[in-house]
Amino acid sequence: MNLAPPPHRVLRLPGVLSLDSGGSLAAPAVAFETLGELNARRSNAVLIAHALTGDQYVASPHPLTGKPGWWTRMVGKGRPITPERHFIICANVLGGCMGSEGPASIDPETGRPRALGFPVITIADMVRAQAGLLDMLGIERLLAVVGGSMGGMQALQWAASYPDRVRSVVAIATAASHGAQHIAFHEVGRQAIMADPDWRRGNYLAEGTRPARGLAVARMAAHITYLSEAGLTEKFGRRLQERDQLGFGFDADFQVESYLRHQGISFVSRFDANSYLFITRAMDYFDLAAAHGGRLSQAFMATRARFCILSFDSDWLYPTAESRRIVQALVAAGRHTSFVELQSPHGHDSFLLDCPAMNRVVDGFLRAVEAEL
Amino acid sequence: MPEGARVLDVGCSDGTLLAWLRDHRGVDGRGIEIDAERVARAVARGLSVVQGDADRDLAEFPSDSVDVAILSETLQAMHRPARVLRELLRIGARAVVAFPNFGHWRVRLALLARGRMPATPSLPASWHETENIHLCTVADFRALAREEGLRILGEAHLAGWRRVPPAQANWRADHALFVLGRP
Repeated sequence: MNLAPPPHRVLRLPGVLSLDSGGSLAAPAVAFETLGELNARRSNAVLIAHALTGDQYVASPHPLTGKPGWWTRMVGKGRPITPERHFIICANVLGGCMGSEGPASIDPETGRPRALGFPVITIADMVRAQAGLLDMLGIERLLAVVGGSMGGMQALQWAASYPDRVRSVVAIATAASHGAQHIAFHEVGRQAIMADPDWRRGNYLAEGTRPARGLAVARMAAHITYLSEAGLTEKFGRRLQERDQLGFGFDADFQVESYLRHQGISFVSRFDANSYLFITRAMDYFDLAAAHGGRLSQAFMATRARFCILSFDSDWLYPTAESRRIVQALVAAGRHTSFVELQSPHGHDSFLLDCPAMNRVVDGFLRAVEAEL
Repeated sequence: MPEGARVLDVGCSDGTLLAWLRDHRGVDGRGIEIDAERVARAVARGLSVVQGDADRDLAEFPSDSVDVAILSETLQAMHRPARVLRELLRIGARAVVAFPNFGHWRVRLALLARGRMPATPSLPASWHETENIHLCTVADFRALAREEGLRILGEAHLAGWRRVPPAQANWRADHALFVLGRP
């Protein structure tokens, strides 16, 4: 496997980044991509926050897979978030593996990969790193911070951590905290990675191995949670894979097995197993209400941002009830809020897929925010 | 409607009224609507509208958070109309309530002459398909306001596009509009 580092665009934050854990990172790297131009008033910056396995290549080709960006349906010319009007920034999260400081980064003190020596980070830490990046880019205030899934958590966290730096927040298919079921699924993934003998207690990079099987299983389990039962049934049903009858063995008899195996294997070529551990941990630790005295509305008291909250009717991972909880808190805090449950058969992944209603809503929402400038 | 007022439109549909008030009166508007398609259209117009059920979700809105709460052509679809009226006047200092008048002569005639539930130009759906479960007359509404201790600050009544004097509204008006204040 070729793991020569691709030429990511990276800035190192000045000074020390203090973390929720009490730990810190000196001059952490933040890898990012931008599209469009910052206007003279510096009022058109839109920050896109990516999901668990996303990266900064939101609308530009992925350097490892060569595939188009992961959100080209939302971001790009003629899309709701467009370089024609916006200066679009997307940064690899802290803990990630596409150029930002993470467990695969080299520890300057030892000259070896940080591995489990990397500090456990939180969603708020990710947002701190993004704010540091914006400082370096000379952006005081965002027109919008936009994200789905874990990206939505970061978007909500932005309003709580930096209430004056965001004019609007778009949080799609997300939740204000991780519940037992979310943590449970993530724990399955982490255990799969750690059970792989090639994980080497996290030191696989130094020892020249890769916990590819463990990471693939983690991805397979997680991928099921991103789909809907109806979507899986429609796409695969009980159809067999390149055969006419059952094989009476443990090859991939069924198309759905073959599909999941493919998802697992292709994931391994672009993602770091330790990053998966750290980022899932950050999501599990996320509880915006707990960080504000147990009242979610308190998280939104200081900001004047407008909010757009969207959920999907077939998303059982972050169902509409989770979005409604956020909306209740926003309404109680007196914030300008838009919320709608969209129809899509594709489960949690719906936010990444073609959904014209989502695009219309986000487009109208952003134009209204811009009209207020 | 005062210029720049804070307004909550309960049952705002696709936001037509809110958009008009925003564009012509500069109001700071919000809305709540139960139908997802209509909410999506309202949000796409740049309005702050949340998908929700007025019977249940008004409780989340803080007291005194708007100047005027509007309930337009929605009262008759509420499960608990009296409670919704009380909620409107908790959230806003004033409430504007518009509803179709079930005391209109066409309605009375349909029931009297044909013995069938009336379907009129302002209430076109048949009895088994209508969302309107709590229809009332102008006189019923005045009585409810009195029972709830709500003050009627103003009223306007229409037959088609023509104004009808309040004294004749109960049988002549097809639509009624009341401005309510707190007890």
